[in-house]
Formats: sequence, C-alpha cells, structure tokens
Amino acid sequence: MVKERKLRVMVAKPGLDGHDRGARIIARAFRDAGFEVVYTGLHQTPDSIVLAAIQEDVDMIGLSSLAGAHRYLFPEVVRLLKERGVDDIVVVGGGIIPDEDISRLRSEGIAEIFTPGAKLDDIVNWVRENVKPRSG
Amino acid sequence: MDMASAVEKVIAGDVRTVARLIRDIDDKVPEVREVLKDLYVHTGKAYVIGITGAPGVGKSTLVDQMVNHYRKLGKTVGVLAVDPTSPFTGGAILGDRIRMQRHSLDDGVFIRSLATRGHFGGLTESTRSAIDVLDAMGKDYVIVETVGVGQDEVDVVKSAQTTVVMVIPGMGDDIQAIKAGILEVGDVFLINKADREGADKTFNELRQMIDMGHNKYGGDKWKPPILKAEAVFDRGVAELLETIEKHRNYLLQSSGEKGLAKKRERVRQELAEMVKSRLVQEVVEHLVGSGEFDRAVDAITSGEKDPYSACDELLVSKLGALK
Repeated sequence: MVKERKLRVMVAKPGLDGHDRGARIIARAFRDAGFEVVYTGLHQTPDSIVLAAIQEDVDMIGLSSLAGAHRYLFPEVVRLLKERGVDDIVVVGGGIIPDEDISRLRSEGIAEIFTPGAKLDDIVNWVRENVKPRSG
Repeated sequence: MDMASAVEKVIAGDVRTVARLIRDIDDKVPEVREVLKDLYVHTGKAYVIGITGAPGVGKSTLVDQMVNHYRKLGKTVGVLAVDPTSPFTGGAILGDRIRMQRHSLDDGVFIRSLATRGHFGGLTESTRSAIDVLDAMGKDYVIVETVGVGQDEVDVVKSAQTTVVMVIPGMGDDIQAIKAGILEVGDVFLINKADREGADKTFNELRQMIDMGHNKYGGDKWKPPILKAEAVFDRGVAELLETIEKHRNYLLQSSGEKGLAKKRERVRQELAEMVKSRLVQEVVEHLVGSGEFDRAVDAITSGEKDPYSACDELLVSKLGALK
C-alpha cells in the first residue's frame, strides 16, 4: 500500500468548563498538520467522549480543561477506555493544570500534559512522534 | 483487523469492528474489499436519507432532531457526516458531532464523521461502502449529511433513496447554487430557519423552479414538496419525517418495471464509480510508486516533453496499447 493512513484525533472538552478557545486553536493546529480532527464541543462527559472516540476510531484523545476538574475527568476517560478494552487510543491533556498534578495524571495513564505557554509546533511534533495511525 | 471474523461482528452490531472497518475503507486498505464482498448480501435493509445544503443552513442540527424522532419511534440510526478536507494541508476539522453528541450514549445510534480527502480520495465510493457497513450492522435508517457542492458530493447524495435539500431564507445566491445541479437531486426541499425574513420569497422561488421542470414531474411522477422548519426548535421535523415516508411509499409503489429501471440505473452508476476509483487508485498509485509519474512531471517541467504525450506514455506503460 503506497498510501499512508491518516492520523485521526479527537479534541474534547469534558466537564462544565465553558472555555473552548484553546481547544479550537489546538483543533486548527492539528488540521493544519494534516490530521483529521473530530471536535466534540463543550460540556462532554467522560462517557460520551469515550463512546464517540470509539465510533470515530481515533488514534488520540486530547482533553482540554481550564476549570480545575482535570484530576477527576482525565483519569476517568482513561479508566472508561480500559473498561471497554480499548488500549490503543493515546490520551493527552491540556489546560490550566498545576505542576503538582502533572506527575499524578501521568501515573494515571495520561500520556502527556500541555500547559499554558506550550507552543503549537511542539504539541504537533509530540503527537507526530508519539501517536501513530493504527495499522491493521 | 481479523477480516474473517469482521463480517460476523459487523452483523452482530459490534461498534468497534464497524468503526475500524470504516477507517479501513477510508484508508483504502485492500483487504477490506473481501469483507465488503461478504457483507453485501446483508445490505439493502436500511433506508438511506441524504441531507445536503450550503454550510450554515443547519444540517447537523436537523440530523440531530431527526435521530431523536427516529429513536422515539424505536428505530435505529446510523449517521455519516461528511466535512471537507483542507486542500492545503490534507487535514480536516470534523465538527458535525457537536450538535449530535447527546446521542453518543445511545446504543441505537452510530455517528461517524468522514472527511472528503483529496481528489484521488474516492469519497463517493468510500461513503457508499460506509453506508453498506451501517446497513449490514442493522441500522433501520442511515442519514448521510454533506455540503453538496461539487460532483463528488452530488454523487454521494445520489446513493440516498430520499434526498433532502436544505436552504435558508435570504440567501438569493443560494438559489443560484441550487440551479447548478442540486435541484435535480432533491426529493424534498426544506427551508430551515423559516422564522427569518424572506422565507415566503424563498418558498416561491423554489416553487417556481420546481414547476418549471413540470415535465419532469408530470403524470404520476414525484413532485418535490417544499417544507418549512426551524430545526433548532424541533419545528417542522415531524412533518419532514412524514414526507420522507411518503416518498418511500412512492418509491415502493413505483417498483415494478419503472422501479427496476431506476435500480438498474443506480447500480450502473455505483459500478461505474467503483471501477473508476479502483482504476485511478491502482494506476496512479503504481505510477507514483514506481517513480514514473514524477519522472514525467520532471520532463514536462523542464520542457523536454508535452503533457499530452507524457500522459499517453504513462497510460500505455500501465494499460498497454491505447486506441
């Protein structure tokens, strides 16, 4: 097969946080990087994110949270994926995440955390290096 | 994917398998054709509805409401929401789910966003295959939502049994766009956001255009009704569903000789599309892969060759003698 598989990612806003400027900018950066980006919109539950990600067959879920509920919402997404036997969707997070939460989130299965000031290019490059389109 | 068990899993309605199969279809994985061959006998049960209209007319909102109505009637629904791929980067933002996320917890609904991909993307064929998969999965209705601009997207809409063309008031140019070919594919016209000024004017314009084609709609032929709706408030959606059922009954009654001719025409189109896209895929990919294509590009750029001869040579090298 000459053709490469397209990277499909989901950008999701869990919880009651109503600020999605960041998520939209990230979605656009991913599009400009050549990815197919499914955007769920605001106020999603971990459940609805996981089920949508499965239906969309994405390679990565990017969670955005600016309202402080990341310590529950992010690991919950990872847990629900596991519960459904999904082990090949990378979960990353971004937003206003205090430093002291980062190592904890990592240990709970969030592959990477991007905080304010992270450069779009760096985020895109991280995804390119760490998330591969599913094969077979 | 284990292709052998994939067929059984799709028929059993396994969401993960269906999702991955559609990905494979989109990525043109060759093995997927074997699965589609075996799935074909399990298709033909779902009723396929196309929703098309310019960006911003409210397609996703309408589809969301339609899904809601069908679920209340106990019907299962598959949705394919097509969004454009950026011709500059190859990426796409697929945002149709935003308006439909309330159905994501519902087992009876499967929503998938598709990107149009590039000009060798074969949108029509892959969307048709995706429809087949959702059909085989057992969905009662499959709704395909597309912007409906350009040949590819019009063709996609043609694979629907009932096509709904959406417009909104106050976009005079919109009607102009419809003239370019969408008018012919519409079985039902829906003026959304009908509380806006100009809804009656739009209605009259549409009526006129449909009447002008009265030869086409003469006798016992289906004449496309024009409906008004405010999808966001769920107004006019129940009426749309009724009209779709009427059209479905009309298609059933007009079966027999005429129906057979229509079916034959659709099969002809689908097969032509399949052959075309397979040819393009095989030939172009082989030529690109072998480097012949780029050598020809270089030769034309440097002025050694004209593109017409280069094209002839490329095709002869792949297909043998040309007429």
